[in-house]
Amino acid sequence: MSSRKDPELPRQQESGFSRRGFIQRVGIGSSAVGAGLLEKEASAAPAPNVTGPSAVPVTLTINGKPLKLTVEPRVTLVDALRNYLDLTGAKRVCDRGTCGACTVIMNGKTVYGCTVLAIDAQGKNIETIEGLASGSALHPVSQAFWDNDAQQCGYCTPGFVMACKGFLDEHPNCTEEDVKHGLGGNLCRCGTYMGVRKAALQAAKAMKGAAKNG
Amino acid sequence: MANTPDYTYPPMDKRKVIGKSPKRVDGPAKSSGRAKYSTDLKIPDMLFGAYLTSPHAHAKVTSIDTSAAEKMPGVKSVYVAAPAGTEINWQGWEVAAVAATTEEAAREATRAIKVQYEVLPHLVNEENLSKAGNRARQGGERLVGDPDQAFKSADAVSEGYYAIPVVYHCCLEPHGQVIQWKPGSDPSGSGDQINVWPSTQNVPDYAGTLSNDLKVPATNIKVKMDYIGGGFGSKFTPDAWAKVGANLSKNAGGRPVKLYLDRATELMIAGNRPSAFAKMKLAGKKDGTITAWQTDSWASGGFPPVQAGQQPYTYTNVPNIREVRTSVSLNAGTQRAWRAPGNQQSSYLTCCAIEDFAAKIGMDPLEVFKVNAQYAQRTGATDTYRYQLEKAAELSEWKKLWHPRGQSGSGPVKRGLGIGIASWNGNGHRSQCRTVINPDGSVSVEIGSQDLGTGTKTIILQVAAETLGLQINQIKLVIGNNDLPPDSGSGGSTTVGGVSTSTRKAAVNALAKLYEAVAPSLGAQPDDLEAVDGHIRVKGSPNKSVTWAAACKKLGTSSVSEMGAHNGQAIAGLVTGGAAGVQIADVSVDTETGLVKMNRYVAVQDCGMVINPRLAESQIYGAVIMGISTALFEERIMDDQTGKTLNPDMEFYKLAGIADIGNIVVHVDIRDENDKRGVIGLGEPPAVPICAAVGNAVANAIGTRVARMPMTPKNVLDTLEGRNA
Repeated sequence: MSSRKDPELPRQQESGFSRRGFIQRVGIGSSAVGAGLLEKEASAAPAPNVTGPSAVPVTLTINGKPLKLTVEPRVTLVDALRNYLDLTGAKRVCDRGTCGACTVIMNGKTVYGCTVLAIDAQGKNIETIEGLASGSALHPVSQAFWDNDAQQCGYCTPGFVMACKGFLDEHPNCTEEDVKHGLGGNLCRCGTYMGVRKAALQAAKAMKGAAKNG
Repeated sequence: MANTPDYTYPPMDKRKVIGKSPKRVDGPAKSSGRAKYSTDLKIPDMLFGAYLTSPHAHAKVTSIDTSAAEKMPGVKSVYVAAPAGTEINWQGWEVAAVAATTEEAAREATRAIKVQYEVLPHLVNEENLSKAGNRARQGGERLVGDPDQAFKSADAVSEGYYAIPVVYHCCLEPHGQVIQWKPGSDPSGSGDQINVWPSTQNVPDYAGTLSNDLKVPATNIKVKMDYIGGGFGSKFTPDAWAKVGANLSKNAGGRPVKLYLDRATELMIAGNRPSAFAKMKLAGKKDGTITAWQTDSWASGGFPPVQAGQQPYTYTNVPNIREVRTSVSLNAGTQRAWRAPGNQQSSYLTCCAIEDFAAKIGMDPLEVFKVNAQYAQRTGATDTYRYQLEKAAELSEWKKLWHPRGQSGSGPVKRGLGIGIASWNGNGHRSQCRTVINPDGSVSVEIGSQDLGTGTKTIILQVAAETLGLQINQIKLVIGNNDLPPDSGSGGSTTVGGVSTSTRKAAVNALAKLYEAVAPSLGAQPDDLEAVDGHIRVKGSPNKSVTWAAACKKLGTSSVSEMGAHNGQAIAGLVTGGAAGVQIADVSVDTETGLVKMNRYVAVQDCGMVINPRLAESQIYGAVIMGISTALFEERIMDDQTGKTLNPDMEFYKLAGIADIGNIVVHVDIRDENDKRGVIGLGEPPAVPICAAVGNAVANAIGTRVARMPMTPKNVLDTLEGRNA
């Protein structure tokens, strides 16, 4: 079972569009998104931040660097990372906020990249697994996953590593029981959970050590 | 004799690399996100593909119009997979596909394809055999001994009904590939060229199969895969999507196309584990000996007929057997091999029936499993199962924690323990390996295999390093493309046996050539040399020695390049088959909510000679966790009325999470007598008995049999409330 983690998405979306909200609105009355209504809304002042439907320029701050891309408003953050920026550590698996393979950290909170629209991720500080390592040295979480064989096929691993990093940032003194709940939002099919439990505890120690020394 | 090289491994206590636990060599790439799976690739000019699939379980395509889709912005290619007249036999069937400059455009265009269907009657559920009509096909009766007489003269007879549903593979990386079909562009300028980056368990055979589908010579098909995000038996062939993707590419003038199944389609059409249902009757003696076995089973693996596995499982030599097996054809996606295909179902049916017989005669099931180990099929397995049953009992504290059925206290939460047994053949598949030793001392090992995450790369390097007297980081390994010496597909837990044997042989053969070059300078015969700790030295005279680098310099300007081949047959001391396993589940069942909680799970497994105990343990953990997931949560749910799959997603098709698996205790049975048998694969054997063990533990806890897997609150409460009609 999964999804103990609340993705903690911001309630108020800046663009006025969230994927979930969009689906709800379409569900209520799909004619409301007809072209006429969108035009009318767009002409009203002040502009209610209606974007699209064609591709729009977007700037995403990823691992501290502003990256420019042009995507349709319906493009999710994980698709923007993978298809438009070639940052393919985050994986698209369930594509609906269940498995955690696309986990990234946004403004310090772990989020599922498939439940955030790229346009809504603008102005946020996005951390992906590509930004985790410094130079050739592995981040303590990645190192711990390797040391404890917390990976087999490895497809869930980047998401798990990011979820673990985000969890440990907030719970540096976690116990194994905490880990079981804190990482309950990520699914693995090869069955690496025993290694992940050990890896999270090793990484917690290592990160605390690094924080003390730093 | 110099002409027949000795390929046997050094004895356990003399090994330097084999039997040790170096970390998996691709670990840093995976845990840093740098590993590029085929789904991650972005080839220049690449287009994105998307599928349109059938919403109906059974229908005929009466017309299909792609004209609107073809005109949409960004669309470069449209391919019709199910032209008018095609009979669709399950939901998710591939109807058409689009390639476009963005994934969004491709998906949008599939929605603009107009398809008309004539909807036909469907059958999507098989448990109620009376509704299956002519979709059910009964096999012949299998008769052994005289079951009628045995049932008449038995001390006790037990009866039961058991059901295990269809489950998905749910590989996290979906099926598909990036594929490029370039017309007339092979290096000689004639013929078409195909480049493909698949997600496959079978790199070496991929081109051969695809060449048949596309009528392009296999020599013009280049296959490359560095990483695969799960296969579990479902990724052996190029499949329809390679053909469809290739045609999209060809129609788009040879631009590469990335075509992967979306999650719903992945679950509906890319394979599943067949169901099994059985009514069983066992006869036996008061001492626990089973004397007769009767099975009436049925199963479905989707549209093509599939029978449930033969009963009894593993304890096959029961003297009196009557068995009838029926297959049911459904309008649902077709089964594929699922990590020990057929074995989970068989183990579940057999072990549950044995446990129910034990309860009937009031005997401890541990003893009943031990008594009936006399019926184990493989020579020597009787003793192995008895040893393993004792070991698993010890690790699970069976003597302390087990209680007879119905004696689990008065509170609402009941604890129970249950046993499952497994057997698997394994053996090593056909494999070829090339080992190259260069004058500068560098070494490469080349083998056209694939690493599914089992650790294949790491164990190949360990075998080569052990043989050459080097460290694994001194050897470069190349796998994952079809220019290399061909290995075989990774299935049946045969990879480790195949690649270890071909690697061992290639390395021994290469070393023999190196010895020839070095021997004169050491004043010795080549046969007198050995490779140890980065040196070539004279056996028995450690002082007469040169470093690896100095030895390789003696090669002058010529590299050594030697092959090693394994033909798939068992070789004493090197590779064999036949692995036994016993597992015990310890669960708590809340009889008010129906929730089953895993407390502890014990897995005892023999696997011959273990190359890397860490990776071996990981395989067992993984198999057990996947099994616990199926035992507690997983089932495909089909709607009788609409024929639709109700849970083709990961919200309602639940996988176990990190908190759901309890504490898993693995015992790898590393003993000299197992080691001497040679290498045996381990991916599948420990994945077999989990449903059996969990089902039996629940029955033990609540005092009655919950017939239907998985052990969900619904199935548990239905049983407790008597809603089992």
